[in-house]
Formats: sequence, C-alpha cells, structure tokens
Amino acid sequence: MTKTQRADTGTTEATEARPAPQAGGPKPRGMGPLGWLRWGWRQLTSMRTALILLFLVALGSVPGSILPQRGQAPERVAEYLEQHRTLGPWLDRLSLFDVFAAPWFAAIYILLFVSLAGCVIPRSRQHWRAMRGQPPAAPRNLARLPQSASFETDREAGEVLAAARRLLRGRRFRVADGTASVAAEKGYLGEIGNLVFHLALLVLLFAVAAGSLFGYRGNIVLTEGGAFANSLTYYDQFTPGRQFSPDQLAPFSMRLADFRAEYVTEGERRGQPLDFSAKVYYREGADSPEKPYDLRVNHPLEVGGAKIYILGHGYAPEFTVRDGQGNVAYRGAMPFLPIEQRNFTSEGVIKAPDARPEQLAFQAVFWPTAVADTRNAQVVSAFPAPLNPTVSLMTFKGDLGLDSGIPQSVYRIEGIGKTLQPVRDGSKLLRQGETFQIPGGAGSITFEGTKEWISLAVNHDPGRVPALAAAVAAIAGIVASFMVRRRRVWVRATPGEGGRTVVEVGGLTLGNPTAEFDDLVTALRRDVPPTGPGDAPAGADDKTEE
Amino acid sequence: MADGDLANLSDQLMLGTVLLYVVAMVGYALDLGFGLRRRQTEQTEQAEQAAPAKVLVGSAGAEAVDAGTDAGDAADADADEGGRRRETDWGRFAVLINVLGWGAHLGMLVTRGWAAERWPWGNMYEFLSAIAFAAVTAYLVVLVRHKARFLGAFVMVAAVIALGIATIWLYTPVGPLVPALKSYWIAIHVSAAIVATGAFTVGGTATLLYLLQSRRQERGTEGGGALALLPGADTLDRLAYKITMFAFPIWTFAIIAGAIWADEAWGRYWGWDPKEVWSFVTWVIYAGYLHARATAGWRGRKAAIISLVAFAALLFNFFGVNYMFSGLHSYAG
Repeated sequence: MTKTQRADTGTTEATEARPAPQAGGPKPRGMGPLGWLRWGWRQLTSMRTALILLFLVALGSVPGSILPQRGQAPERVAEYLEQHRTLGPWLDRLSLFDVFAAPWFAAIYILLFVSLAGCVIPRSRQHWRAMRGQPPAAPRNLARLPQSASFETDREAGEVLAAARRLLRGRRFRVADGTASVAAEKGYLGEIGNLVFHLALLVLLFAVAAGSLFGYRGNIVLTEGGAFANSLTYYDQFTPGRQFSPDQLAPFSMRLADFRAEYVTEGERRGQPLDFSAKVYYREGADSPEKPYDLRVNHPLEVGGAKIYILGHGYAPEFTVRDGQGNVAYRGAMPFLPIEQRNFTSEGVIKAPDARPEQLAFQAVFWPTAVADTRNAQVVSAFPAPLNPTVSLMTFKGDLGLDSGIPQSVYRIEGIGKTLQPVRDGSKLLRQGETFQIPGGAGSITFEGTKEWISLAVNHDPGRVPALAAAVAAIAGIVASFMVRRRRVWVRATPGEGGRTVVEVGGLTLGNPTAEFDDLVTALRRDVPPTGPGDAPAGADDKTEE
Repeated sequence: MADGDLANLSDQLMLGTVLLYVVAMVGYALDLGFGLRRRQTEQTEQAEQAAPAKVLVGSAGAEAVDAGTDAGDAADADADEGGRRRETDWGRFAVLINVLGWGAHLGMLVTRGWAAERWPWGNMYEFLSAIAFAAVTAYLVVLVRHKARFLGAFVMVAAVIALGIATIWLYTPVGPLVPALKSYWIAIHVSAAIVATGAFTVGGTATLLYLLQSRRQERGTEGGGALALLPGADTLDRLAYKITMFAFPIWTFAIIAGAIWADEAWGRYWGWDPKEVWSFVTWVIYAGYLHARATAGWRGRKAAIISLVAFAALLFNFFGVNYMFSGLHSYAG
C-alpha cells in the first residue's frame, strides 16, 4: 500500500513506503532463520507481492461467478455434479463450488490482509510521529526543488522570516524554525485518509467474519393464516454461525394474515409483478403485545436483533380429503412449488395418511388462471393471479411409508409403484369448489380454495453495523487521500549584497506542483516588498507543468 | 401529455442524439485530420522560411514530426491558434454539435423517466443510455477542465456504439419496475454505478491513447498519423489517472450502496451474486492499477494495461453477467 500519488517530478521524495523486494536487503543466501524471516516478511509486505495477491483475489473470484455455488444455489451444484460426473468431483475437490469459503481463497485474502497490515501499521506509526514532530528542515539548495522562487528585499532577514511564519501559519501550515529558515508542512489529512481507508478494509474483513460467526440465517415458509415462533422446529433451513447456539434465538413470533400481489393486467407486460405486500402481526416476546407490520420487498421487519425479509411467494391450494368411510382424512392448505415464475404454474402433493381403509395421496398441478392451450390441448396458466384457479389431480392409494421412520419431503410422494399404486381413472381436473369422487369408493377430494404462501428469510448478522461503519470510513478515507496532498514549503532569508536580504522559497508537493505555491510567493512579496534589479519574478523557476 | 407521447418523444430524442453524436464524431475526426495537415503545412512553411535548403534535401518530414511531438502540449490549446485563417474550425463545430447532442440525450432520459414515472434506469436499455450520457458528460467536464478535445472523437465512437447497442438489441418499451427495484436506493446505487462507469469509460479511452502514444514515442518519431496531434504520453497517462481517481471512490460508493440495498431487499449485504463478484473483481483490479501506478517497475504501460483489464471486467460485469449468468441482478436483462 503505497501512497497512490507520487512525485511525478521524480524528486527524492518518491513515496514508496513499501520496500522494493530486490533492494529490500541482502540476498537470503547464508542467512540465519531470523534473517530468512525478515526476508520473507519484507517480501510479503512488498508492493509487488501485494499487487500479485490483489490479482489473485480477483482471479480467484471468477470461478465463483461461473460455477454454481453451494452458498447461493445448492440445488444447481447438485445438478452440475449430476451432469459432469468426471469433472464435477475434481472441481469439488478444489472447493470450486464453495469458492468464497475455500481454504485457498482464504489463504490469498489472509496473506493480502497480513501484507496490508504489515505495511499500514508501521506507516501509521510513522505518520503519527511525523504529525507530532517538526516539519523537516530546509534542504541546502531550495532552487533545485520542483517549485522555487527567489527575490531580494530591503527588509531584514528576521523580519522576512517572521512574515513567512505569519503567512504560513495563517494558511494553516505547521511551521518550524531552522537556521535562517522556516520550514512548513500541511496536508496530513491525505495520508490519514489513505491509512484510514486501508485500516477500514481490515475492520470490514473482521466485521464480515464476526457477522458470520455470531449470526444465523434461516428460511421459513408461511401460509396465510399460519404462524411461526423463532425456534428451530419452524425453520425449513437453518444455518447458524459457528459461535451461535440455537438457544440464543430471540423469542419473537409472527403470523401471516394476508398476502397480496399486484400485477400488470394489460399490455405487453401483462403479468409482470408490481407490488408484493404481506400483512403480518408479530410479538417481540411471548408476553409482548402484538403489532402489525406491512412486510414488503425492500421493507424488511426488524425484530429481536434479526431482520425478516420476504423472499418469494406461491400458492397453497386448500383441500378436504374424505376417506372411503366418509371421514375427513385431511383438511388444509398445502404449499405448492411454482415450476415457472411467470404465471405460477405450481405443483405439489397432498398426503392423507389418516385415510381408511387405505392411505391416499395426490399428485397435483395448480394453475392460478387456467386456460386451454388450443395447440397442444393442454391446460396452461395465463396469469399469475388466481383468476381461475384449477388443479389437476392424480390419485394414489396404498401405504405412504410415513411410519417407516425415514423422513420424507412434503413435496414428494415416495414409493409409487411399490407400496403406492395409482388409482384407475384417478386423474381429474378440478376447479375451485368442485369435488372428485375417487373411483372404487376410496373417498373424495374437494378443492376448497386458494391461499398464498410466502417464504421468509430470517437473518441475524451482528457484523452488519460495524461493516457499514468500516465501509463509510473507507469511502471518507479514500476521498480524503485523493483530495488532500501533503505540501512542504521552505523559506530562507540570508544577507545579500548592499544590506539587502535574499529570500528563497522552495516547495515540494506529493504529486504535481500546485498553484498554492505561487499564491504563497505572491503573498510573501506583498508582505516583504522586493527591491533592486536582481529581482526575479515570482515563480520564474517554477517547474509547474500545468 | 400522455405517457405514450412522452415515450415516443424519448425515442425520437434518442435518434436525434445518435445523429448529433455521429456528426460530432465526424467533426472531431476532421479536426484531428485537418489539424494534422495544417500543422504539417505550417511546419513546412516555417522550415522553408528558416532553411530552404533543408527542404530540398527532404528532411522536412522528420522535422515536422519532431515538432509534432512537441505539439503534444500545444494541441490542447489549439482553440486560439493563429494559423487557421480561412479554414473551417471543425473542432469548435464538433463541440457545438456535441453539446447539442448532450442536450438531446438529457432530454431523452428525462422524458423517458417522466413517461415511466420513475428513475429512468430500470432496465438495460435505460441503464446503457444513462452510462453513455455519463461518459459524454465526463468527457465534456474533462474538455472544459483539461482542454482534452482530442478525446472527443473516441468518446463519440464509444457513445454511438453504446446507444446503438441499446436501441437495436436492448430496447424495452416504457414500463413499470419489478418490486425488487422499487426503492429509493435505485437513485443512489444505480446513479453512482452509472457515473463511475461513464467516467471509467473516458479514463479507459485516455489509457488506450496513452498506450498507443507511448509505443509511438518509444519507437521514435516515425509517422504516427493522428497520434502526432495528441498530447504526449505523460499528459495522457496523468489524465487517465486523474479520471480514474475520480471514478474509483464513486465505484466504491456504488458497491457499498448496493450492499446496503441488498441488505434491505435480499436479507444480506453481500452474497457473492455474479454481479457482486464482478463488481468486486473490477474494484480489485482498479485498486491494483492505482497501486501499480505508484510502484517502481509497474508504472507506465504495465499499469495502463491493468487499467484496461479492469475496464474489460467492468464491461463484462455489464454485459456478460446479465446475459450469461443467472443471478439476482438478472431482471435487468
């Protein structure tokens, strides 16, 4: 991490704080272990190494965008492994499906941050000392600096230096006296900004790490009329941080009263969603009062240190299943999974293990707005809202296998063709309110109504706020470091011929010379008026390029 | 006015913008071309006046180009050059047309936003048009502050290509936003990304010219055509660096604003979505450029190449990520 501005003029004040690796010391040959360590440390904290590590981070991130990642889409990773039976396992061995959690990726960024710390921390110390110490004394020959001027005056040397001191202090330079000279420096904020930027990146890394260690995230599906409490049993998926234990879960609860989706109803964009809104009620604890909240996209709910987001939605058709004996074997709304996002054709299963004499199961497709696709003589959904909710059912009877002890997905029927047999003529298209009498007196199923479900993400990340603070500090730091440059000015007054005083002014700015120097010289000439024929115009030697 | 009329007006303004930019591009090109010829004539004249014998032995060509390198710094000041006499001032004409085109471009974005009743960067068509606008604006700022008219022709080419792609392949009729984009963060995050991308585009143009110029200078002063009229490699390098220094903090801000928005919308501030990955990659490579430019052994052409790689990553983030990968940002496609 070198100061990103350099003296373009190529003066001695080149700003490389990072040692050049070659020039950084003696060759490692014949060194003791300590020498090797020092050599290695110098290599690691050199700018060249830092640059290479930066590019490795960039390069290493690329597969994370090309290959599916477990952190984002585990189902696509499984699919990829299925399709690439030879290549897949090799990629997996190289952690290429978890790039951002991979050991090799961690190695790169940890080395990078060690390298960064190894540069920034000594530099911070150095800058701290520079800020508290005196501005460096005037170099012998001020005329050789990138910016310089000189003139003669009738005023005495002491008077000239006093004027220079006053002028520079007035412009908020830090001023120190030398022999027959004044040294001044300002613009420390640039280096402070630079250091703050890099330190903030370190803090950001720690905040992100802390967030994933001490936080948790989980997913919940909630149907209209349903409720959940913040405990493990309600989560469909729960990922705690390594340092988080589930008994730390905040005791809030929430119920979903109503979900509403609005869509464009006509024109080319018919069916495009316009707005989602979930009317929910929540309690912070078991005894807290219930509060309403309008949960929407971009409008999460903050409760108990966690944030609750609406991620997706879908349909949960309601059914009543009666068995062969006329008893209700199942009644409820069953979340279906959309198989396409445009018009929400969804599929799901209904299981009625209480049905007698035989258990019943139904495989179903749901269309919110069913229309006949004339070309293929098929039913399709023409609109995402439930304008004409229709299901097609396929009936199975037999043993659902729920007592076998093997956990089952609620979205799939197991054992078809083995323990469960399809019912003859058991397929039927039902509109809302219609009932299907299952052939053979096995019972009936009624399509009662259509509810909607939402999927929620519950996320507790204690690193969020520190990460944000670090990010803001980084921005402020980089802006300061790009806008403020360190400037040094020296004024020397020496007795000349005929009782006059020779005034020399020299300026050194990181980066390019500034117009500020010319202003200073002009102001100084106003305070101590120049005289005599040897009067060089201000900035005559000025090597200003712009 | 009905929304439909406004939308039509926006489309027509787009067409007008492209036409004006094409004319401005030709104007800038003529400015460069005639400038070259003019300068050569002047130099020949000068050479004739100073040492007629030399012209006879044919060394004028070498001298002209020699002076042409020196002319690098003078090229930006050519507005008040005395030697143009009766000739048309193509440079001024180009700037005038360019500013008119910029006005039409602004009108196109405003009417588009008006018709849709929202910020006009909700899809790829609008986004790319806005980036082109930011690039042209950045160029106009650089023109005023650094007299960098030589960039005009190249920025116009980039703008015309961008607007062409937007109109031909990405055109989307005016419409409402998907719910995920309905947030005031669109004004902050997307605007910052647009401004940074526009500035990076101008910076990338200057970097490219720097690379060509520095190679030309290294090879000696043989030929080089229009390059002889551009400022010296150092000036180009410094200009590119300044523009990148302006754009980089804005890009950083765009990423952070995006993270804050992601935290509001998706439940996490960083999730390595492909768009996030590539904006990170872009950021890292530009950071590499800024460091490399201050490091011995890297500054100069090596650093410039890094900057171009970063710009390529930026372009890939815009086109590649939206059309090749499926991610949370893909609604923009």
